Amino acid sequence: MNEFVIPILIFVALALFAGLLLSLASKLFAVKVDTRITDAREALPGANCGACGYAGCDEYAAAVIQDEVSVSLCVPGGAQVAEKLGEITGRKAEAVIPPVARVLCGGDCESAKKAYQYHGFQSCAAAAGLYGGDKSCHYGCLGFGDCVKACPQNAISVENGVAVVDPNRCIGCLICVSVCPKGVIAPVERTASYLVLCKNPQRGKETRAVCSAGCIGCKKCERTCPAGAVKVTDGLAAIDPTLCTGCGSCAEGCPVHCIVKL
Amino acid sequence: MSLLNGKRINGVTVRHDKNTKNAVTTPIPLPQRVTIPMQQHMGVPCKPLVEVGDRVLVGQKIGDTEHLFAAPVHSSVSGEVEALTEIVLPGGKRSQAVVIHADGKQEEFPHKTPTITTAQDFFTAVRRSGLVGLGGAGFPAHMKLAYKDVERLDTLVVNAAECEPYITSDYRTCIESAEDVFDGIEAVMHFLGLTHCFIGIEKNKPEAIEKLGKICKADSRIRVVPLPARYPQGAEKVLIYQTTGRTVRAGSLPADSGVMMQNVSSIAFLADYLRRGRPLIERFITVDGTAVERPGNYSVPVGTSIREVLEYCGGFEKATQILSGGPMMGSAVADPEMPVTKTCNALLAFTEPEDFALSATDCIRCGRCTAACPMGLRPGMLEDAYDKRDTAQLRALSVTLCVGCGSCSYVCPAGRPLSQKNVLAKDLLRKEGN
Repeated sequence: MNEFVIPILIFVALALFAGLLLSLASKLFAVKVDTRITDAREALPGANCGACGYAGCDEYAAAVIQDEVSVSLCVPGGAQVAEKLGEITGRKAEAVIPPVARVLCGGDCESAKKAYQYHGFQSCAAAAGLYGGDKSCHYGCLGFGDCVKACPQNAISVENGVAVVDPNRCIGCLICVSVCPKGVIAPVERTASYLVLCKNPQRGKETRAVCSAGCIGCKKCERTCPAGAVKVTDGLAAIDPTLCTGCGSCAEGCPVHCIVKL
Repeated sequence: MSLLNGKRINGVTVRHDKNTKNAVTTPIPLPQRVTIPMQQHMGVPCKPLVEVGDRVLVGQKIGDTEHLFAAPVHSSVSGEVEALTEIVLPGGKRSQAVVIHADGKQEEFPHKTPTITTAQDFFTAVRRSGLVGLGGAGFPAHMKLAYKDVERLDTLVVNAAECEPYITSDYRTCIESAEDVFDGIEAVMHFLGLTHCFIGIEKNKPEAIEKLGKICKADSRIRVVPLPARYPQGAEKVLIYQTTGRTVRAGSLPADSGVMMQNVSSIAFLADYLRRGRPLIERFITVDGTAVERPGNYSVPVGTSIREVLEYCGGFEKATQILSGGPMMGSAVADPEMPVTKTCNALLAFTEPEDFALSATDCIRCGRCTAACPMGLRPGMLEDAYDKRDTAQLRALSVTLCVGCGSCSYVCPAGRPLSQKNVLAKDLLRKEGN
């Protein structure tokens, strides 16, 4: 009988001792975790897109609680997440309307001229290192798709030599803006209805020489706009979305069709 | 740094193709018009000092800036300023440029021989000369020479390796202006208080080794070092290792190891400038390639269009690909109207792209890139890290040590753009560092 009982007792005693040790250790070496951080982290979408300016959702959650940064920085989460974070921190959430990234170039394979044939590594950053890219226009989209690869939402595609953003998929994280070597992608208000698809500030003749779809700064849009929302500065038209009524008269009259309806 | 201590430097064996080594440098006819960029150096761009309609003389200063990290720009012809334009530099940056219509008289600006008594005078004179590193990087020469800790310097290394295929302009300088090379070395050694000088020349140029060796016998401090004819002997860190046996640690300058390095053409120009006071307004360049009918070495006024040079040498119409610089490190010329600048040492024109891998296939892990890298890097792994934008890994693999020699791309059997990705990876780290 003893040969069974004694080992069992030994193991029970060992288990009790180890259990006691563990529970003591967990009390003694406990790491204080602010449960609000884990709550905040759970409220965030976990896309790790970096649109808030922090390296991933974990860091933003910590920053919201510890450094008291704004609760409205999460672009993919939008108003919902901002509200939840507001509840957790007890601070007021400001409205979040994420912008949408837009490629400000309409110079596709037909309209934009090529300066040379590029054979190297198929990447905008690489091509931009050689005379600024193979497009004659120094300001246009190169179309090798660095933004396509960087987009966490697969919202960008290259169509006929120019990158195009799908606004329904775009969450406004603006990673594409930071990877574009030409700086041709810009955040645009979601509510904007018309947009000038050109960034070339050169004079009309010079722009025309490199691209047939580039803004020539003729000011026709400026004259026709009934709301006074279009301004041409440095040979490049720009629409003020706060004044634009969306009537479309600028796009109708544009001789190079560089103003498009979104 | 992983540069092999006491071991043989890696590298690749490339074709030499020094077809023009016996071609004596001859001047090309004066161009009608020159376009002189305000940025032909590393650093701050110059501002034009002339207006449209001004008359300028040969060697007159037409661009400068108050910044020290720049080299002034001089007119290479006499004539009238026709326009101030903007051109796109090979790197993609835009630069102002002065277009001068040559009147054909080539009236010289009254140059004054610089009077130099102190080292400071010497540096000022070098800045006035407009000299930039003629090896290709275009680092303002006075910035390099005026190293802050002059006590530390003891050795001058003259780069006459010329390891790129085709190019023979440095070689011709060694042969034709050997006295200038000697005088230049003496001047630099005197003003910097250096005690040794090594001239590194690849073994495939025995005449240059002999000629410089004979002239430099006059000074026992100068030694000509024959180097193996293996690319890239002319890379800064490689050459310093091969001549002095010293290694330049990552992130430090050659000067930190006590070495002052200068290109042989820079040295020869310096001697000429100290004698005549004529600034840097012409370049000796090699024109070669399958498309060129009369390959040779030519002295070309800075600002001459590439088209004009190639038309004079014949074969411009046949050329489908033009390179400025050598086939290993040179850059493709997109627009033949671009001017020849101070840093150009060769123009190569080909009828068809030579040995061109159109599409890259998958990496087969053969490790040839690692075996070829003169800096002991692992380009295959670097490529992988760059594709993942893994900056921590890029740092761990010391991508910043890459000298851009292109050996990895050259040997890659899969035709992968390794060297190009290293450049992009360095850009990525720089961007992240800001």
